[in-house]
Amino acid sequence: MTSPAKQRVAFTVNGEQREAWVFPHDSLLDVLRDHLGHHEVRYGCGEGVCGTCTVLLDGEPVSGCLLLAVQADGCSLLTVRGLAPDGGLHPLQACFLRNGAAQCGFCTPGMLLTAWALLQRDPRPSRERVRRELTGNLCRCTGYSKILDAVQEHAAQAAEEAGGHG
Amino acid sequence: MVAAPFGYQRVTSFEEAAWALRERGEDAKVIAGGQSLVPMLNLRIARPAWLIDINPVGAGPIEDHGGYLRLPALTRHRLVEAAEVVRRRCPILAAAAACVGNVRTRTRGTIGGSLAHADPAGELPCVAVALGAEVTVRGPDGARDLAVGDLLVSYLTTTLEPDEVVAEVRVPTLGPRSGWSFLELCRRSGDWMVVGVAAVVELDADGAVAAASVTFGGVAERPWPVPAEVLADLLGGPPAGERLALVAHGAAAMLDPDDDVHASGAYRRRMAAVLGRRALVEAAARARENGSPAP
Repeated sequence: MTSPAKQRVAFTVNGEQREAWVFPHDSLLDVLRDHLGHHEVRYGCGEGVCGTCTVLLDGEPVSGCLLLAVQADGCSLLTVRGLAPDGGLHPLQACFLRNGAAQCGFCTPGMLLTAWALLQRDPRPSRERVRRELTGNLCRCTGYSKILDAVQEHAAQAAEEAGGHG
Repeated sequence: MVAAPFGYQRVTSFEEAAWALRERGEDAKVIAGGQSLVPMLNLRIARPAWLIDINPVGAGPIEDHGGYLRLPALTRHRLVEAAEVVRRRCPILAAAAACVGNVRTRTRGTIGGSLAHADPAGELPCVAVALGAEVTVRGPDGARDLAVGDLLVSYLTTTLEPDEVVAEVRVPTLGPRSGWSFLELCRRSGDWMVVGVAAVVELDADGAVAAASVTFGGVAERPWPVPAEVLADLLGGPPAGERLALVAHGAAAMLDPDDDVHASGAYRRRMAAVLGRRALVEAAARARENGSPAP
């Protein structure tokens, strides 16, 4: 068949209104990276298994490689760059740094976003819950324990700041 | 890999989807959550000329109709996993939904899509068959109802006509004195099941088994319900461990699973006996816990 026409899509990325002209078969990942310069969203497997292309779609984690860009029309997207909009480190990123939870760093954006989405729903998740939530994010440096440490440290800090007691 | 080009049409009702399918012919595919279809597109295992996107149809709430839950086809796994009404009225369905893929799969994946995709290693098809769930499918000329057991034919194959789409799923709720278990063996968390099993055991007022249902996944071309004559050995007596083990072994011995890269058929059969026994034991224990009449 002849190639179908491009369509205009508009969505917000990290609070900023963006638009692009895309083919129906363009993935959200490709459009974010190649059209809009969001190189922090990374290609890993292209099958939704590894989690490196995780973005939050209206607050929930999705695989950027499995969402057609046309399907994100009108949605609100968050990439890891949007966690700390001022260019500094988000407290969760600071916890990753302090705990040595990033080695090569390739998986880190996906880890951070998946963990962040969990913490929005469950501010004090058990270690088992964090582990379960992050099973779909692969780290080939095998730094999983430190990642769990970092997420739990952030949860504990946030609870302390909120005046909670454990 | 990148998907080959295709045309794309959004629809806002299942009727519109059915007409779009009829108009576009057999080269059109429905996309719901896309968590199985899009990997196939990216790997070019599937190359439809058109995608009919039913996501704009949306999903209304999950409704409790007493004996069954009504779930719109586009209900996401994430909601099935978390919804209070599912956890309370049909906890085996919530437990199975929690086992589907990873958190991103569950954000997007839908119950209707999972059934229409008909993966024999899928969690929701397995539970749907075990519970005797039904679907309503919509075609251009109207809707029809059928049991999920009559929908699923074989690997990625259903009795849906090319211009039909799953619109609604109805899943029986569990009654008082009922217990359930959903277990699966996976190579890694989030993988397809090597073997899975869904079991429901219902006790009578005296603690004897009044009804039992067991369905295996991952061991045949579609979810395999253990025949009633095998489960009949459980009826009328207490759910004693030895008897449960015998029935699980007897059921597993009837299986002839294929070898594949994940496991040999013989291993699958052995694991089916193990998981079948564990599931029956767990379901019976939960049925005893639920023994007091519902409030």
